[in-house]
Amino acid sequence: MEKILNEINSNRQEEIINCDVPLNYEIDKKYQRTSVINIPDLCESTLTRHFTALSRKNFALSNTFYPLGSCTMKYNPIVNEKIAKFSSFSNIHPYQPEETLQGCFEVMYELEKALCEISGMSAFTLQPAAGAHGEYTGLLIISNYFKAKGEKRTKIIVPDSAHGTNPASAALAGFEIISLKSEPDGTLSAQRLSEILTKDVAAIMMTVPNTLGIFEKQISEISEIMHKNGSLMYYDGANLNAVMGIVRPADIGFDVMHINLHKTFSTPHGGGGPGSGPVGVKEFLKDFLPAPRIIKAENKFKVDFGNEKYSIGQMKAFLGNFPVILKACAYVKALGGKGLKQASEQAVLNANYLLNLLKGKIKVATGKTCMHEFVLSSKGYLGQDVKTLDVAKRLLDYGYYAPTIYFPLIVEEAMMIEPTETESKQLLDEFANVLIKIIDESNNTPEVVKAAPVNTPVTRLNEVQAARKPKLRW
Amino acid sequence: MNIPNNLFYAKTHEWAKKEGDKILVGITDYAQHEITDIVHVELPEVGKKFQKAQACAVVESVKSAFDIYCPVSGTVVEINEELLSSPELINQDPYGKGFFFTVKPDNEEDLKDLMNDVDYKKTIQG
Amino acid sequence: MNYIPVTEKDKEEMLKKSGVADIDELLALQIPENLRAKKLNIPEGISEQSLLKLFSSYADKNRANLICFRGAGIYDHFIPSVVDEIIGRSEFWTAYTPYQAEASQGTLQAIFEYQSMICELTGLDTSNASLYDGATAVAEAVLLALRVSKKNKVIISSALNPEYIKVVKTYTSKLENIELIEIDIDEKTGSILKETLTSKITEDVAAVVVQSPNFFGIVEDMDLLSQITKQNNSLFISVVNLASLGILQAPGQYNADIAVGEGQVFGNSMYMGGSTFGFMAVKKALEWKMPGRIVGKTVDKNGKEGFVLTLQSREQHIRREKATSNICTNAALNSFAGCVYMAYLGKTGIENLSKINISKARYAFDLVSKIDGFSPVFKNALFFNEFVVKTTKDVKKLEEKLLENNILGPLPLEQINKKYKNCLMFAVTEKRTKQEIDNLVEILKQI
Repeated sequence: MEKILNEINSNRQEEIINCDVPLNYEIDKKYQRTSVINIPDLCESTLTRHFTALSRKNFALSNTFYPLGSCTMKYNPIVNEKIAKFSSFSNIHPYQPEETLQGCFEVMYELEKALCEISGMSAFTLQPAAGAHGEYTGLLIISNYFKAKGEKRTKIIVPDSAHGTNPASAALAGFEIISLKSEPDGTLSAQRLSEILTKDVAAIMMTVPNTLGIFEKQISEISEIMHKNGSLMYYDGANLNAVMGIVRPADIGFDVMHINLHKTFSTPHGGGGPGSGPVGVKEFLKDFLPAPRIIKAENKFKVDFGNEKYSIGQMKAFLGNFPVILKACAYVKALGGKGLKQASEQAVLNANYLLNLLKGKIKVATGKTCMHEFVLSSKGYLGQDVKTLDVAKRLLDYGYYAPTIYFPLIVEEAMMIEPTETESKQLLDEFANVLIKIIDESNNTPEVVKAAPVNTPVTRLNEVQAARKPKLRW
Repeated sequence: MNIPNNLFYAKTHEWAKKEGDKILVGITDYAQHEITDIVHVELPEVGKKFQKAQACAVVESVKSAFDIYCPVSGTVVEINEELLSSPELINQDPYGKGFFFTVKPDNEEDLKDLMNDVDYKKTIQG
Repeated sequence: MNYIPVTEKDKEEMLKKSGVADIDELLALQIPENLRAKKLNIPEGISEQSLLKLFSSYADKNRANLICFRGAGIYDHFIPSVVDEIIGRSEFWTAYTPYQAEASQGTLQAIFEYQSMICELTGLDTSNASLYDGATAVAEAVLLALRVSKKNKVIISSALNPEYIKVVKTYTSKLENIELIEIDIDEKTGSILKETLTSKITEDVAAVVVQSPNFFGIVEDMDLLSQITKQNNSLFISVVNLASLGILQAPGQYNADIAVGEGQVFGNSMYMGGSTFGFMAVKKALEWKMPGRIVGKTVDKNGKEGFVLTLQSREQHIRREKATSNICTNAALNSFAGCVYMAYLGKTGIENLSKINISKARYAFDLVSKIDGFSPVFKNALFFNEFVVKTTKDVKKLEEKLLENNILGPLPLEQINKKYKNCLMFAVTEKRTKQEIDNLVEILKQI
């Protein structure tokens, strides 16, 4: 195992920064730091060796296929990284006079325009830092909307197939969560919805296609029932990669939505962020958007604080995760309208192709066809005591990252697979073969699957100990 | 599956034991087995009042969290602080060292609404 | 451009295997015809060459690389070359969230080291893996305090970064019966006086939030304020600047319960305030109540040491509506840049950084204070990086003249707070050379 940083002996001589004014740092004792900082001083060469060694223990999109359902691990174009490194974008202070920020503002404006076109929404805020942050933003908008109308609506309907951030965000926004049970085929029923719909329901949160990769066939009926009830429709944009240029969320009934730029728009995952979760709204909700935003006025771009009375406030400091926004804008410009549609079409084709390679060998909970992702259930197909978790771990041994497992909650022993459009037919063929091989292994040599992974830097870790006796720092 | 015959049982897998004018509460052997390794508990505050069947504590495994429901209405008078540093006691000794808290019941009659060991055994086998 | 590695021939075979003739037929299996969108009104895609040209033209519409004397939450610090080199390794920047621990030991160990170093600097017990930014970190700290204390008031210094206050107000806007009480700094000293806090603190106060150095650069008397707070059985939340912790007190020294702040100062370019990470460290008792991911050390089946995401039952993917926060994606790569930065600077580097920043700001302060028409607003105050002066000169003209010289001058405070008319806030980091500071002073003299 690579040593932990503080186990490496200090060995630095290099000067990193210097002071060309007289040193003058005496301060009153009472403000002085006395506790020791136990971080070694390391030579650049030592540091580089350390982190390079760590990097080689990682799977990453650059070297591995990530069939993670709901994550859209598509390729991160290098040219976008190059653009983000222009010092004319990076060496910019947020409080510079607006005339000096016109380039950044135009990039943000262009992205917002494109997102409006793709989604059918009238306006977007680019401030939220991630999908969950976007959900929270959208829910605050919904809350303020009803407050302004003088209607007391305290409930949000969340399907039992929803991502965990949906109810978590709703609770944060002060709502009570009402769960909507999915039908046996995984979709939502307008009938069942009408049975639990009451006048105090503010909105329903949905994703289309849903987390099984199925397009919600009753979406029009659901939209009608919700709107007739005076409620709103929130679209979780996690699955937008299935529908760009194919279906527009605003057109099928949604009033407010978020988009994950680090999913659909190819910006890198970075090991867990930074992301960006723009929130789009129909015209009637525009006043409630958080401030500030970029608008175009008289051929110039300006910072606008919107409607101070109705705006939900501010979601994070400054305008948004600009480098992420920049990369997403570059992606949109590079692909163009036709390319974005092609991306979604191929994402759907890749998923269906993979589904057809696997059907018969394992249960496809999604059904005969899917959109950009599908869910498998390993129950009944694996050897004694072998579970989905074991299959996921065994995939690591074959050099593939595991799919999303045990989600959505409504499928037993679930494995959610989303290949994305940036994978080749050859890779899909190879992946399908390996997954089938592992299913066979589970029946013939189950102990091999249960012991997986063995080819990785560590084998299965004792998570119980990690939680019972937490060691969270060196 | 250990189901002592001197305890009362809720269908949500809590057990209750009368000790003097107080009631001890914990979760059953079946529950701890289903939850698997318990890594953390959230215990109620001493002095807090709960209604029967109201959520009063949380038990967490690595991958899940479960609400624990108070089997009787009453006030919490003591909590088993050992569990905060050693949640594994619940897995190891669910009816003894793994008890959660003690409650002063509003009305001991609440115990009558709980099951005995025979009926509880039926619910988990059925 | 598109990034699809599938040939026409491949496509045909895939369609065939899927049992359809073309893509529209495939989509029709799922989507009713009447819900289909019209053609996207977005221009055609372009080549890589054209893309670079297009974005160069956008970039050229900015004025960037200015000699920066402005701060207010985002600072121009020196970033050693090794930071970008390491975070630029594709195994780090294209990696996914480390849920499959066996495949993510690199990312997980880096986060563990990051957490450790944040603990070292803050003097507190436990750090999380990062939050979106300083503002949301403060908001999450306030929510945490409200959750654990079950009290309904929070006292917050009005000398917190104004953007942070706005975010805290938004985050608490839907909580019933919660009251945010702002307390002001003293006009002369620029810091919070004892009496100000004691007069407002009551037994239903869950927490007191103080930023130090505060928005105006002034170092607060954290020992005193923390003492009053702790005596009241409230939580003390300190909002701090990592760059100052080489010389200023660690929050642990004054018994803070939670320390949060903006980590951009370590290893991240300014990016118009868009490349941030919020750090949060807490006392051990609050560990299980923290928001955000946490990495822990453990062993594998063979007894080999390894790292894993832990205490996960706090998080949204398990607890859903009862989670400690809704946060999922955080600011991993930005905090990783901070991690590499801290690791490279080390103890000595961080101490030097703080010492040099104080020296440079003092050097600038001494020169600026002596210019006719400029006088310090807060006298005899200890400041870090930033100081406020009042001027008799035309603030707009000053800004323009400095821009002509490629300098981003001090921040006109009136645009932040109308109370500070004709006031300017200078920020001076280790990156400002003697020549740049002398030059600035010369230009100011002549306006």
